[in-house]
Amino acid sequence: MTIKKVTSHPSQNEALIFERSQEGRVGYRLPELDVDETGIDEIIPAELRRDDDLDGVPEVSEVDVVRHFTRMSTWNYSIDLGMYPLGSCTMKYNSRLNEKVARIAGFTNLHPLAPEGESQGALRLIYELQEDLAEITGLPGVSLQPAAGAHGEMTGVMIIRDALDEKFGEESKNRRVMLVPDSAHGTNPASASMAGFTVKTIRSTDEGLTDMEHLRELCDQGGIAGLMLTNPSTVGVFERNIKEICDTIHEVGGLVYMDGANMNALVGVARPGDMGVDVIHLNLHKTFSTPHGGGGPGCGPCCCTEELSKFLPKPAIVKDGERYRLDHDRPNSIGRVKAFFGNFGMMIRALAYIRTHGDTGLREATEAAVLNARYLAAKLEEDFERPFAPDPMHEVIFSHKRQSRKGVHTLDIAKRLIDYGFHPMTIYFPLIVDGAMLIEPTESVGRAELDDFVDAMKSIAKEAQEDPDLVIGAPHTTRIGRLDEATAARKPVLKWTPDMGKQAEAAG
Amino acid sequence: MLREIGLGSADDLFRSIPADVILKRKLEVTAPQAEPEVIAGMESLAAKNSAAQKTSFLGGGVYSHFSPTIVDYLIQRSEFFTSYTPYQPEVTQGTLQYIFEFQTLVCQLTGMDVANASMYDGSTSMAEAFLMAQRVTRRDKVLVAETVHPEYIEVASTYTKHGDLEFDTLGFNSASGRVLEDDLAKIDDKTAALVVQSPNFFGCIEDLDRLAEKAHEAGALLVVVVTEAISFGMLKTPGACGADIVVAEGQSFGIPMSFGGPHVGLFACRDKFVRQMPGRLSGVAYDQKGNRGFVLTLATREQHIRRDKATSNICTNQGLIALAATIYMETMGKQGLQEVAMQNVQKASYAKKRIAELDGFEIAFDAPNFNEFVVRGPSEAEALLAKLSSEKRILGGVPVSKYYRDRPNDFLVCVTETNTKAEIDGFVDALSEIR
Repeated sequence: MTIKKVTSHPSQNEALIFERSQEGRVGYRLPELDVDETGIDEIIPAELRRDDDLDGVPEVSEVDVVRHFTRMSTWNYSIDLGMYPLGSCTMKYNSRLNEKVARIAGFTNLHPLAPEGESQGALRLIYELQEDLAEITGLPGVSLQPAAGAHGEMTGVMIIRDALDEKFGEESKNRRVMLVPDSAHGTNPASASMAGFTVKTIRSTDEGLTDMEHLRELCDQGGIAGLMLTNPSTVGVFERNIKEICDTIHEVGGLVYMDGANMNALVGVARPGDMGVDVIHLNLHKTFSTPHGGGGPGCGPCCCTEELSKFLPKPAIVKDGERYRLDHDRPNSIGRVKAFFGNFGMMIRALAYIRTHGDTGLREATEAAVLNARYLAAKLEEDFERPFAPDPMHEVIFSHKRQSRKGVHTLDIAKRLIDYGFHPMTIYFPLIVDGAMLIEPTESVGRAELDDFVDAMKSIAKEAQEDPDLVIGAPHTTRIGRLDEATAARKPVLKWTPDMGKQAEAAG
Repeated sequence: MLREIGLGSADDLFRSIPADVILKRKLEVTAPQAEPEVIAGMESLAAKNSAAQKTSFLGGGVYSHFSPTIVDYLIQRSEFFTSYTPYQPEVTQGTLQYIFEFQTLVCQLTGMDVANASMYDGSTSMAEAFLMAQRVTRRDKVLVAETVHPEYIEVASTYTKHGDLEFDTLGFNSASGRVLEDDLAKIDDKTAALVVQSPNFFGCIEDLDRLAEKAHEAGALLVVVVTEAISFGMLKTPGACGADIVVAEGQSFGIPMSFGGPHVGLFACRDKFVRQMPGRLSGVAYDQKGNRGFVLTLATREQHIRRDKATSNICTNQGLIALAATIYMETMGKQGLQEVAMQNVQKASYAKKRIAELDGFEIAFDAPNFNEFVVRGPSEAEALLAKLSSEKRILGGVPVSKYYRDRPNDFLVCVTETNTKAEIDGFVDALSEIR
């Protein structure tokens, strides 16, 4: 079987903008300067000014720029093009309505240092989103200041740190162990480390759940500050012992942090606050549909119990009668984690998502997301190894175990999926599964698309047996093939320079 | 579908969740709203932001600038805004190439060797620079100028409070508004970094060459913070002055103010420190046929590989906002970036001169300014500005006392290319009338 290339790309050779630059071209126009001009030396002396005429900065026309970015955009896969089943990333549809309302001039033109009394709409919006997220998580203290998931994590573990320091005083120094499951996102241990904790890893059972025996053993060793737990776990399984896990940590004086990356499995169905969780972060750019934007911006609200709320970042946004205001008088706060109030534009979009879905729609979305993952689990387990038996929630994990016997690995399967018109799933994560393929369809695909995906995966499984080289050489349909990442890291070229072309030629 | 996988009802999907943690009621949020209702609700909230409709001279870390129309159009292409972090380079070359262009432009504007794919904002960039300086120098003290944006300092103190980093401040000269020369004696062989902002929070341009010299004499790094990125179009680059790390807020590059976010943090440094940098990097790579492409590279610094030993916990950054900044910088280009900087300087200079002529008003500091300067009024700034807003519909500046309690009459004025001469004249007249 050979791949027939369906399209020949119209813009294979779109250069770097620097390579398109032509002396003297401009793509902008400002109004003429309308004030009396002063000699520049009188305002800013020459020794404080640059004298390089912005050497290297491109000179291009407006249409040059439009074509440049439009062409480059066609090299990207996107949610709007099709199913984007990245596990743990929740690539759901990003509504244009959310984009529209985030661009209302009364929001975009609002300066964060404008007087409170003249920013009441924005403060109220933040307050209302805080209230909704408190209800959804069952955790009444909310700060929207963190800019992304990892930032929310850092905020959460810093809250734990300060809470323990207050509760245990000097003794808190001997309590610096943060437990993190071996299946956790890399951000968890990295965030714990930023709050001054040392990380101990908890094993997972062969069902993909937290190993309770190991958890108790680690707790018995003492020094426990808390636990960072993703639930459903990163293998897509709900921690059915969640209450017992929380109790175990609480009994030794620790606090439980939940990574909310997988909240799309729970919204409207179960609340972390009801499970015994003390603090959680959400990813508005996952569960609440704000666009990923090729890597951001995100928004990583931190939600916590009433008891911990005094430690949340400041200023807090509070309601006083009919007025909304900033409360800076928060002596126990961990402090500020970001200038101003966070990624406000993302908050507008998330609130629009919540309002569009409403009480019933939020739950329906969760049901559809879980149903879709369960459907894939059922349809694909014939062809791919499912390492864990329990029913998956919103995402399902497979491994390359059966295909690797023929030399076809997870990376190959992922790349081959591109030829079938899908974005690959999350691969090699979590680390506890050899050759992991983590698939999260989200609620934004219908049955027909799921069936297409199932067909593609089954076809790849067949190819892996009958013509493994076809899979190993994938993708065959993209503008570029697999890139030599090892050389890229060994001899990093991280910016354009005028002699870049010659360097490449010399390197062959 | 439920039947096909052997389930009777939607509730069966959640059988693995223990019954005692299942929510047995509806969420108490609004009922589903139709599109026109959502729009109406948001319009109504936006209308309550009266500040968004007034003539404004607010700066202090967020600035009103003109953004070419194509910036917001191009970032709304689905292929950019509904795409994920480019972990699969074959289907994300668009993103990887613009990140590479962004890195290049940041290097060109800051005069540095290497820049990353962005940080959350200027404040968190600065906090990460503190941690990086500590790693690079293996020293545990940071000296930060009091004239660095106060909210940035607050963020950095949160980030560093659980490490072993000691934090000391440098005062400012009350005449010039620049870093206090005498305080430079605090730099010693324990100092990891000297951190200054230029133009500083008062709008004063620092003598970075001198500060670099002082830092380097003691083996410390110079970290330069920039909140007004338009200044890169005119001022001597931090790199040329000897900076080791440059962190900046990129909001001025075509990004709406949006009540403080999302904006974009710029982070650049010297080549030799690249393996200690936080954040993502896009680099050149070739496929087997010799086609040039781009990949995320040097990932061994990052959390998904190095976990608790990573250079930072950052994962999601400000991708789409970095794209907007890239489109802005390329559209304005070599000429536009210089012209917009020049217009800011000229307009601010005009406003400064006119305000200085008013009875009862003076300019608080005498160092050169870019587009911001501090005015000392005849009475408490907060009350004066409130009156100016209610009676004249002008937001005249940020009261300096918001951050520096002992300066009640001072306010920070920012004038950009978006302020017309008529607005500036109106502002000056209003000040003289309400004083």
